[in-house]
Amino acid sequence: MTGETNPVLDIASLSVSVRGEDGEREVVSNLSLTLARGETLCIAGESGSGKSMTALAIMQLLPQPAARISSGKIHLGDTDLATLDERQMRRIRGDRIAMIFQEPMTSLNPVLSIGRQLTESIEAHTSLSQAEARQHAIEALKAVRISEAESRLKQFPHELSGGMRQRVMIAMALALEPDVLIADEPTTALDVTVQGEVLELLRDLQRQHGTSVILITHDMGVVAEMADRVIIMRHGRMVEEGKTADIFARPQADYTCELLAAVPRIGSGVGRQKSRDVLEASKPANVAEVNGLHVRFDLRGGIFGQVTRRVHAVEGVSFSIAPNETLALVGESGCGKSTTAKALAGLVPYSGDIVIGGRNLSGLGRVERKAVRRDVQMIFQDPFASLDPRMRVGDLVAEPLVIHGIASKDERRDRVAALFERVGLSADQMELYPHEFSGGQRQRVCIARALALRPKLIIADESVSALDVSVQARVLDLLKELQREFGVAYLFISHDMAVVENISDRVAVMYLGQIVEMGTRDQVFSNPRHPYTRRLIEAVPVPDPAQRRTRFARLDQEIPSATRKIGEAPLKLALNDVGNGHLVAAES
Amino acid sequence: MIDYLGRRLIQSLLILLGVSLITFALLYLLPADPVRQIAGRSATPQTVENIRQQLGLDQPFVVQYWHYLTKLVSGDLGRSYIQRSEVTELIVSRLPASLLLMVGAILCELLIGLSMGLIAAVKRGTATDQTLMVASFVGVSAPQFVVGLLLLYVFAVRLSWFPIGGYGTWRHLVLPSLTMGILGAGWYARMMRSSMIDVLRQDYVRTARAKGLARSAIIFRHALPNAILPVIAMIGIDIGIFMGGIVVVESVFGWPGIGQLAWQAIQRVDIPIIMGVTLVSAFAIVLGNLLADVIAPFIDPRIKLR
Repeated sequence: MTGETNPVLDIASLSVSVRGEDGEREVVSNLSLTLARGETLCIAGESGSGKSMTALAIMQLLPQPAARISSGKIHLGDTDLATLDERQMRRIRGDRIAMIFQEPMTSLNPVLSIGRQLTESIEAHTSLSQAEARQHAIEALKAVRISEAESRLKQFPHELSGGMRQRVMIAMALALEPDVLIADEPTTALDVTVQGEVLELLRDLQRQHGTSVILITHDMGVVAEMADRVIIMRHGRMVEEGKTADIFARPQADYTCELLAAVPRIGSGVGRQKSRDVLEASKPANVAEVNGLHVRFDLRGGIFGQVTRRVHAVEGVSFSIAPNETLALVGESGCGKSTTAKALAGLVPYSGDIVIGGRNLSGLGRVERKAVRRDVQMIFQDPFASLDPRMRVGDLVAEPLVIHGIASKDERRDRVAALFERVGLSADQMELYPHEFSGGQRQRVCIARALALRPKLIIADESVSALDVSVQARVLDLLKELQREFGVAYLFISHDMAVVENISDRVAVMYLGQIVEMGTRDQVFSNPRHPYTRRLIEAVPVPDPAQRRTRFARLDQEIPSATRKIGEAPLKLALNDVGNGHLVAAES
Repeated sequence: MIDYLGRRLIQSLLILLGVSLITFALLYLLPADPVRQIAGRSATPQTVENIRQQLGLDQPFVVQYWHYLTKLVSGDLGRSYIQRSEVTELIVSRLPASLLLMVGAILCELLIGLSMGLIAAVKRGTATDQTLMVASFVGVSAPQFVVGLLLLYVFAVRLSWFPIGGYGTWRHLVLPSLTMGILGAGWYARMMRSSMIDVLRQDYVRTARAKGLARSAIIFRHALPNAILPVIAMIGIDIGIFMGGIVVVESVFGWPGIGQLAWQAIQRVDIPIIMGVTLVSAFAIVLGNLLADVIAPFIDPRIKLR
């Protein structure tokens, strides 16, 4: 901290309370912080820590009428924001304090052009003419490295990718050169390679303009990469504050230690490989084999609604999974990893061969297929959306047994009770409804549901992505334990390279519907051969400030679309064995 | 766009064909006998039979329908049994009045409904909101003939602001339009309110606030275009409800439109007129829906006509 100069922002014992059914509850308690000019302060914490509420309180954008600032001062220079009325605050927002939000997909208005959304804030705070505001907007877009800025003004948000939209948001926030920029999880919704770019952009712009940044994040990798100082929050209270290097090297508070320990890191997943070799030797029959899997979605158009274009979601993917093995499928959004999983679970039509437990699904009738599918169960990403809110969790876990007509009612209850115990819940929680559980507990319910039929293969589609790191670590441990106990195989789908490195035995990297690299975890992580794999690994922010990068891996272009005209099939990539089963696609 | 319109037009023709078949079949199955209506109670069985033959009503259903259809293709809706004149002429002479009433009614319900909904959403949870919602509830639940008579009594009989009935000047238009519009206004107010409340919760509205925009810009530029989309889809459907309401309202106010024509025809089982009015109404509904669909992409660029 610079010490001598006055801080740009000075928050003194801020408390925010939210009125709920059971009275008022403090979500931020007695928080004090200062932000120096040109400084990046990270507020880190898990969900419910009050970090976003703090940001909204500074902006006076707390959800009305439930939330309010119950005490404290927020000084921007000499003005106490907490005492301003709406009209005065409006002049501060966007002009002196700007904000970027988590979801670039929903943070821009879908019915207004990019140009309109950029110029309106310029016009609201300056006396520039329309033409001047337009010129200013073009410059703001150029500053965030958007090509053909002028023609972009006419585009609408849905015509841009997530990364582009977030850049537009940044352009909008920085157009008026605010004193303070609050970025609330600005890269959480983005793919890792895009995340790197956006972070770098934020850093460069901050350096150019001397903006002070409050960066709110749950990702300790992002903290290490970006922050000068860190505040760790939990349950609305500041747990620890300090320079980034100090916090990572010598965390004082127990919670900080726990939090840092829970963060998955690339390179920490060793010690698992040994037992594999033993398994390899015995060569058990594969649980699932996928051969030449294609999934294509038709897009219709023309007078008679004929097929004019196709989305080539999965293009000739082949892999196999052995019992007791975890195969990770990694890649960025739109690469076809989830579609592959859905085809395997029988949720989308496909062509190619899927063999489960030695039986090829395409040769079977409906009844037989249903029986075979018992062996494949899924755990989804969002534990809040994947449990029916009107059913008791006990019934939810018992439902697969009911569907397949297994066991009597009493037996089912006993089985479900045993499953609850096994996943770390108690049997008396069976009578509760999903909303009475936390996110981590719900994901345990989902795991219990997936285990109910004693499947041979569990597909975990981004199953830990929505969880806080500490919860995530415990769920990953549970998954590993269950594998040891039941010998179940996992197809683990994730965009998070660190988590993948942590849990997988083998890794397949997908890009545009095809596998570009596949091998054991060590082969892929210690010796990545395909440039895309390398870029994916390099893009992950390392939770260690000593390893901070000056330049991120930059994408030369956006990932192309998987939609093609009829008759234009994508080029099939040939996989070459570069040694010990390490398959790498030839560069096209 | 041309492709789209062409396809929708073909679809519309198929819908009209279906409507004509169903209506024709229902009228055929009706226990009331149109020939008895024409001939009168005292006619001899021989006269009745002659008239039946003259009108071709003695033929099997399929033949009757085929005759009607072939004439329909050339634009001939047949002759009225009672009035003895061309149905096409009768409808053409009365359609402008009904269209005028419909436009008036739509304007009324949009103006009243949308502004009520908008204000209620922005003032959510206040006494204003509650008052407006109670009012909209009354609008939705009050039967049209009651509303019509009430408006007539207050504004025509007691206050003499508007004429009691008839057709000709804008003053004649106000009360019937209001009567028809109040029902729709109630619906639109409720729909607009919930749509607007939903939109005001969206992330992009928060972004707009974070930019420091004025409240009016947030409401009218950012929220309203998003909130109005479901309402536009509703207008298309609404025309169907209007066609039902027009029968009642036109007879209460003595408005010389196709509603009145239909009412008289139904009482006398004048099949050609009933068929004609039904087809014209169906056409209006189809057209209204098409219009609503064509307008939507101009408000929301994400919608593409395919």
